[in-house]
Amino acid sequence: MTADKRITADEAAATIDSGMTLGIGGWGSRRKPMALVRALLRTDVTDLTVVSYGGPDVGLLCAAGKVKRLIYGFVSLDSIPLEPHFRAARQNGTIAEPVEYDEGMLQWALYAGSLRLPFLPTRSGLASGVTDVNPGLRTVQSPYEDGEELLAVPAIRLDAAFVHLNRADQRGNAQYLGPDLYFDDLFLSACEPGRRFVSCEQVVTTAEMVAAGPFQTLRINRSMVDGVIEAPGGAHFTTCEPDYGRDEKFQKAYVEAAADPDTWAAFAERFLSGDETAYQAAVAAWREEVAAP
Amino acid sequence: MNGDDVQLADVVAVACAEAFRGDGEIFASGMGVMPMLGARLARATFSPDLLVSDGEAFFVDGDLPVGASVATTDDAGIEGWIPFRSVFDLLWGGRRHVMMGASQMDVYGNSNIANIGPWERPSAQLLGVRGGPGNTINHATSFFIPRHSTRVFTPDVDMVSGIGYDRAARLHPNARANHRLARVITNLAVLDFDTPDHRMRLVSVHPGVSVDEVVANTGFELVVAEDTPVSRGPDAAEAAAIERLDPRGLRHRELPKAS
Repeated sequence: MTADKRITADEAAATIDSGMTLGIGGWGSRRKPMALVRALLRTDVTDLTVVSYGGPDVGLLCAAGKVKRLIYGFVSLDSIPLEPHFRAARQNGTIAEPVEYDEGMLQWALYAGSLRLPFLPTRSGLASGVTDVNPGLRTVQSPYEDGEELLAVPAIRLDAAFVHLNRADQRGNAQYLGPDLYFDDLFLSACEPGRRFVSCEQVVTTAEMVAAGPFQTLRINRSMVDGVIEAPGGAHFTTCEPDYGRDEKFQKAYVEAAADPDTWAAFAERFLSGDETAYQAAVAAWREEVAAP
Repeated sequence: MNGDDVQLADVVAVACAEAFRGDGEIFASGMGVMPMLGARLARATFSPDLLVSDGEAFFVDGDLPVGASVATTDDAGIEGWIPFRSVFDLLWGGRRHVMMGASQMDVYGNSNIANIGPWERPSAQLLGVRGGPGNTINHATSFFIPRHSTRVFTPDVDMVSGIGYDRAARLHPNARANHRLARVITNLAVLDFDTPDHRMRLVSVHPGVSVDEVVANTGFELVVAEDTPVSRGPDAAEAAAIERLDPRGLRHRELPKAS
């Protein structure tokens, strides 16, 4: 019998040191490992390099002053296009080293990292502002007779990775049941072993997981995972189809609160000052409050 | 349908659809209500081989209204699966035509959705470059601009998220082989880059809009022909398709009634 990898979100977050490179799965405001991000907010970790198809994960880490370097193609809440904390951080210059890539370049960087290659070539990014603002990017010439010049996207290797899936077993096999895996497998594969964390809605037996969906949903195997965290509602307020959709009302409240330092302080005090259980209870209380006539 | 009672949003929907005419069996991808309506209208009428998506992860079979979900619509279903990774694979292969927005655009079609002001510390951070660099170098790109103004059509853009013809011209022939900026559709006019040096050209003005109005709201010199036609409204089949594809009239929220 292989290891039981179950740990808590706080135990996972406690392994992250200041200055590390952290990859965060999901896409925009979709299936983000928010319980793990919230656990990280409760630590004194700082100076992180964050790699993400960014949503509120990036926004919250920026608002908490934890991001030194951010590698991104966008940061968006999807149904609300602009992420308020990310905007503020960029406009105030508080992200010391922003690294802006084309979305596809980001995939390529993680894929190169996962394959232990130094770079992967692409056309995407050539002649665009991406090469203007990333003077360290280099090109390579095709060694074949076409001689085409291509952008060499440097590999990203992560020190830690957070992803949130629908189901997992205690050994670290994990399953997505929604419409899109996004790039969660690449975040795990591009990460050094030791801090590859999968949170999930439910830890089930392997047999139950296999029965829950077709084989094609089993894209995360246990060799890619060091810690499994059961976190029901752990993607809130982002989507976690089919378990739940995005909490649009709460996302709206998040954006409204972020507009002003005082309202944000009150929001953070109400929702982010306790542990994950306290967060989920505060959200439940808020739901009742806004549903009341 | 005559020019007096035609609604601006219907003219624009047809103009957006026209951008995809002749594209064949490729992915017509619309970002936002009007581009999505344009792609679906083209597929429902004169470009039936197009593939269109629900904006999430599925290719749509049938006429899916804008703003609706395949899960809750009886008349439309799923014909395929297109998660983000497959979108990247498909677009790098070139079999896609995207229509998207732009906060700034210059005379050669360099476009910006990333930020306003200096990139190092923008006065307004927008989305980031997203897939713009990869889109524009790999396949056809069109744009929908709901408010045609000198704030959008600028001599220079603050960040090049989508590459224009002057930048593409400096690329290796293989790298620029698929670069094509097809159409720019605004609330005033239809524009393209079909000129010898690929500067932006006025194709048509929408009913009730003058050429001078377009020129005055463009922050660089447009190529303007002696006679500029008026953008057409929908024919009967197109009008019926627009009603099927946007029964709630979401298009009118993006574009109020004709000026």
